[in-house]
Amino acid sequence: MPLYKEQGVVLRAVKLGEADKIITVMTQGSGKVRAVAKGIRKTTSRFGARLEPLTHVSLMVYRGRSSLDTVSQAEIIGSFRAIRGDLGLFAAAETMLEAVDKVAEEHERNVRLFLLLLGGLRALDTGPADPAAVAESFLLKLLSLSGFHPSLRACAVCGRPDPSLFSSGQGGAVCASCAELDAGPVSAEALAYLAGLAGSDLLKAGASAPDPQIRREARPLLFGFAEYHLERRMKSLPILARSLVP
Amino acid sequence: MYEGPIQDLIDELSRLPGIGPKSAQRLAFHLVKAPAEEAKRLAEAILQAKERIFFCKECGNVAEGDLCRICRDESRDRTVLCVVEEPKDAATIERAGVVRGRYHVLGGAISPLDGIGPDDLRVQELLERVEREGVSEVIIATNPNLEGNATAMYVAALLKPVGVKVTRLASGLPVGGDLEYADEVTLSQALEGRREM
Ligand SMILES: [Zn+2]
Ligand SMILES: [Zn+2]
Repeated sequence: MPLYKEQGVVLRAVKLGEADKIITVMTQGSGKVRAVAKGIRKTTSRFGARLEPLTHVSLMVYRGRSSLDTVSQAEIIGSFRAIRGDLGLFAAAETMLEAVDKVAEEHERNVRLFLLLLGGLRALDTGPADPAAVAESFLLKLLSLSGFHPSLRACAVCGRPDPSLFSSGQGGAVCASCAELDAGPVSAEALAYLAGLAGSDLLKAGASAPDPQIRREARPLLFGFAEYHLERRMKSLPILARSLVP
Repeated sequence: MYEGPIQDLIDELSRLPGIGPKSAQRLAFHLVKAPAEEAKRLAEAILQAKERIFFCKECGNVAEGDLCRICRDESRDRTVLCVVEEPKDAATIERAGVVRGRYHVLGGAISPLDGIGPDDLRVQELLERVEREGVSEVIIATNPNLEGNATAMYVAALLKPVGVKVTRLASGLPVGGDLEYADEVTLSQALEGRREM
């Protein structure tokens, strides 16, 4: 079996059989990789904590004949300790991991997605005041990268300024004359807030919390837009929205 | 895709945790080829378990009646609660005989990726129990992984206003392992949990 070397971020790990796990890794050069880590659940496993989700690792992997590879060696590059120690940061990071898992294709190189994820997690690891905003900014960037950039400053259909309605199916904000039936009203403030998040540096997106009312309006629009275009339910979003901190 | 009963069986089996479509197919054909007696015994065991095993009203562990064996036991220390993710974790700790108190089974761990938040776990019951029963120490024994740690943080934050002592099982170097194989996350946790000798 051919052996290859990669670096990546572990997105998730699910149990397999008695002592193994299947880990999903967003790699720099090979897209999403699913690989078996043999014996990892034994307390004396040589993998230890190296293949836990939310770890930036360097890997040696055997390419399998099916879609499953096998991890041969792993070393930690970064473990995002601040994120692991804070519920708000953790919830935001989970949304990033889930979103990447949903859009990444197996063994299809996507360096920009990998770098976006690494940038998102590094931004969270600095302990921003509003971690959820970093996750939301990340989600907007991920949508743009996947070809679903929402129109937020002008009508998605005719390009006229000051749109007052929003429709996921039509590509974001729309004006009254272009709006189809599923479009709903949106305030200029909510659109401006989302546009700000879309354009913000991830390191600055969470510097301060937005006006709660604007967030209450903007959040369902963003989440709905993301699920509509990714064609998947995002399980972590309701938990992010409710905040994990008791 | 197959037709009729065999596909129904495959569909049912593939709903089970940890069973993918391929394993479900293998299990289904194994059962179909096995003697009728074997299939009957399995079906009977599942039905019996469903009919006779309940979850303890107090702690959420498996029980044969309203309360589990441990919650019924008057000699257990009622001031100590050990919080675990699953009944099997309580059984593991019980086998080691190291906890004199009782257990509280959460029914899983917080995992936003899988859509599992605090509301899906028995955390509110834990809070009520601690307040009601005069518990003085809560030992958190969730798994030492990302989700288990997040769950531990959540439980600790939830119990903070109550003023109860909250402790967490130490994580660190595996007994019987070699220091040179330890990774930096395990090592840093071991260092944080070090004790004076
Ligand atoms: Zn228009
Ligand atoms: Zn009980």
